[in-house]
Amino acid sequence: MTYRITGTTGEWEVVIGLEVHAQIATASKLFSGAATAFGAEPNTQVSLIDAAMPGMLPVPNRECIRQAVRTGIAINAAINPWSRFDRKNYFYADLPQGYQISQLYHPLVGEGAVEITPDDKHPDQTKVIGVERIHVEQDAGKLMHDQHPTQSYVDLNRSGVALMEIVSKPDMRSPAEAGAYLAKLRTILRYVGSCDGNMDQGSMRADVNVSVRRPGAPFGTRTETKNVNSVRFVMATVDYEAKRQVKVLEAGGVIAQETRLFDPDSGTTRSMRSKEDAHDYRYFPDPDLLPLVLDPAFIDECRASLPELPDAKRQRYATTLGLSAYNAGVLTAEAETARWFEALLAHSAQLQGKAEADVARAAANWLTSELFGALNKLGTGLTDSPVSPEAGAALLALVGKGTISGSIAKHVLEKMLESGDAPDVIVAREGLTQTSDSGAIEAAAAAVLAANADKVAQYQAGKLALFGFFVGQTMKAMGGKANPQLVNDVLKAKLG
Amino acid sequence: MTELTDLGLVALRDGVAHGDFTATEVAGAFNAAVAEANGALNAFIVTTPDHALAAAARVDAARAAGEPLGKLAGVPIGMKDLFATKGVQTTAASKILGGFVPPYESSVSQKLWDAGAGLLGKLNLDQFAMGSSNETSAFGNVISPWRATGDAALRAPGGSSGGSSAAVAARIVAAATGTDTGGSIRQPAAFTGITGIKPTYGRCSRWGVVAFASSLDQAGAMARDVTDCAVMLEAMAGFDPKDATSLDLPVPDWRAALSDDLRGRTVGIPREYRLDGLNGDVAASWDQGIAWLKDAGARVVDISLPHTRYALPAYYIIAPAEASSNLARYDGVRYGLRDLPPGANLQDMYAATRAAGFGPEVKRRIMIGTYVLSAGFYDAYYTQAQKVRALIARDFTQAFQDVDVILTPTAPSSAFVLGEKSADPLEMYLNDVFSVPASLAGLPAMSVPAGLDRAGLPLGLHLIGRPFDEQTVLDAGLAIERRAAFVARPAKWW
Repeated sequence: MTYRITGTTGEWEVVIGLEVHAQIATASKLFSGAATAFGAEPNTQVSLIDAAMPGMLPVPNRECIRQAVRTGIAINAAINPWSRFDRKNYFYADLPQGYQISQLYHPLVGEGAVEITPDDKHPDQTKVIGVERIHVEQDAGKLMHDQHPTQSYVDLNRSGVALMEIVSKPDMRSPAEAGAYLAKLRTILRYVGSCDGNMDQGSMRADVNVSVRRPGAPFGTRTETKNVNSVRFVMATVDYEAKRQVKVLEAGGVIAQETRLFDPDSGTTRSMRSKEDAHDYRYFPDPDLLPLVLDPAFIDECRASLPELPDAKRQRYATTLGLSAYNAGVLTAEAETARWFEALLAHSAQLQGKAEADVARAAANWLTSELFGALNKLGTGLTDSPVSPEAGAALLALVGKGTISGSIAKHVLEKMLESGDAPDVIVAREGLTQTSDSGAIEAAAAAVLAANADKVAQYQAGKLALFGFFVGQTMKAMGGKANPQLVNDVLKAKLG
Repeated sequence: MTELTDLGLVALRDGVAHGDFTATEVAGAFNAAVAEANGALNAFIVTTPDHALAAAARVDAARAAGEPLGKLAGVPIGMKDLFATKGVQTTAASKILGGFVPPYESSVSQKLWDAGAGLLGKLNLDQFAMGSSNETSAFGNVISPWRATGDAALRAPGGSSGGSSAAVAARIVAAATGTDTGGSIRQPAAFTGITGIKPTYGRCSRWGVVAFASSLDQAGAMARDVTDCAVMLEAMAGFDPKDATSLDLPVPDWRAALSDDLRGRTVGIPREYRLDGLNGDVAASWDQGIAWLKDAGARVVDISLPHTRYALPAYYIIAPAEASSNLARYDGVRYGLRDLPPGANLQDMYAATRAAGFGPEVKRRIMIGTYVLSAGFYDAYYTQAQKVRALIARDFTQAFQDVDVILTPTAPSSAFVLGEKSADPLEMYLNDVFSVPASLAGLPAMSVPAGLDRAGLPLGLHLIGRPFDEQTVLDAGLAIERRAAFVARPAKWW
């Protein structure tokens, strides 16, 4: 679906590019040995380097570089074997050095691409969003304005933390595409392990560049909305900002190239500073650091260390495991979900003595409909699930071997979530083992048909949908424990 | 009887090791000399007699216990006040770092203490190492111990390591550290009749040294002769993982390999250094140097370093550019001076603090550096200067295909009278004309005393070597030293 804003003078197209800042998941900072843990007391994770004491020098943290290179490879980007750090100079109280060490002229990672699925309902419709570059840079500290009536306090815990800035091309054309791109990027980073993707903790945030134009016209003037920290807010920013720009343009105004802020409470953006107020950052190569020269063996190691990535995994789930496109998408959307599913699958195959492909669909269906639904009701997620993949596999094995029916399995799952007991323990305790006693099933079926002679007549007159009713009644009479296949067979035989 | 303060670094170390005197006696003698001289010379910003005595006591105890002694055991030295010294005020001769006491020790000073040296105090310098006369210090200028014959006018000790040069020349320290960005070790050494070496960029760690221009700053040794410089530099140099530009190379035993036999070596004389109107005494000293090196067995050839004339302009773009960024951290927020006028906001505080905390020369360079990095000017200045820098380095690389070491004068004149050049920054900058090219190329270079000019003031000769080849520089320096037999020292007037 082509997204268009309909104004009073016609249709408008929105053009979006994102600059995503992702905190690199390393124990120590980009140029110092200080720790990076979230939520520490102010100024407890600050080295002499982070505080920019006189004579202190930065030394690159190899692991930060490694994670950025792995991320670049994961989006099929060119890795630049020669890159360099530059200083971005400006004064602010949260920036102890008076400059941020970044990469302007020669970034570590060049052009790459991210494939997105903008609409969940159409998992086959994908779009490729170009990535311009990824560079590595230092984060700044934080000002605390609420500690004193007239003064601001400075917390340098974040000062010097390593960030990747992932700059997209202006390839997105709707709020949904922008949201899907950010979500997909987060998925990839979590798979790679280069960023924890926790947007609520500031580990990932986006600067949202938005402009509008008549379809097919040259790019319009863009605004940049800074530090938007959720997928939903990015979509809201695009939506608000595009409509605002259309309104301005249709009223005969012009869009100012400016930096804006998003207000999550009102869902609106407001001007922060105009181009005229923009800093002259006086970028120049950081003379404290030598150019970063990557050994081909280092890049090879980064490549070899990557796990199976979401697109490849989704593809494999659909083709090799035979899952639906929807399930393949859901199960690969988060690295944690895929890990859980694959553990479930391995245990299921083992317990049932079958190939993974033969148990995959049942496992996927159970996970996406039964377990997700149950966890959702409990208000929890997979990472905190009281049911382990091993226990889930044991439950699926009971169904697979015909010990219990699918409907009994739902009941057993509820009990598992309540008690934490193993499924076979619950089945034994509650006497839920499915019966394949054809005599008992025949008797029950006969009683159901006899009690519903009118419906039997309707069925035989052609109302075949009533078959399900007979099955349900028979199962009910059997306390849900009858083998469903046998019930079907018996009823078919009796109804002729 | 020879006074202990008349002895140089090696003589003191050997004397302590042999038991001729104790390290404590040595420290006491130098502490007394410092106390007597500093009021007149202003060479020290702070003195640390207790540190010198404590280090000496450790050396004496180690010797008594029969433990091995370090290269500098019992040698009292001065540290240029650009090196962070744990628990001892470190100011870069600025107000903005007035009273700043670092909780850390620079890598170079730590190595010196580990080698057994003791700290007599922190030596005065041009503010943030920006200057050639010591007149930009916020603590008042150093006064050279040297005076021209029959002339009591106060002379500049050179800069920026002017406290270091004055203290070594006045025999109130056995040796001193310096730092050299465009000539800040070599020019003051030449002005005061001592020896000073700037090693290859990266030999000495910059960790804990207050930065002026990171791509040029290099620590080095200042002492009474070539041998003392070699030993001092051995103690200062070495790979430091805390400095990303540090050279990961072993430190040679320069002293052991020292030789003034230059047979088989070729010395280059760059024609571009023979400036129009070159001071006659300086030119004569240079010719004398050529003769001495020939006498030591060297072949001497004329060479060309065609881009020399662009070195000084390029330097005065690159160094201020880096400085403008390096000095941004002095903002009044975390340490050092804070000037917070009533009702001031953050910008006001920056402006007031930096206006009060930096001297005029530092401000000039911050402004030059900010300008040359600005949008619209960057390519015309900074990018162009970097190209010039690459061409200058290439000039040297080509020259060193034919020669082993290059000989030039160190500075265009002997020590000038204080105040004589301070009104004209450009004239002051010209002091660096012979020393800057080697800095831009990161090459080892040293100044050795060659004699006195007609005014009775010292002149230095300047040797530039290949990257990592401090040995040839030291060898050629030794050849000059032995032939110059420079024994003049300033008459004690303080």
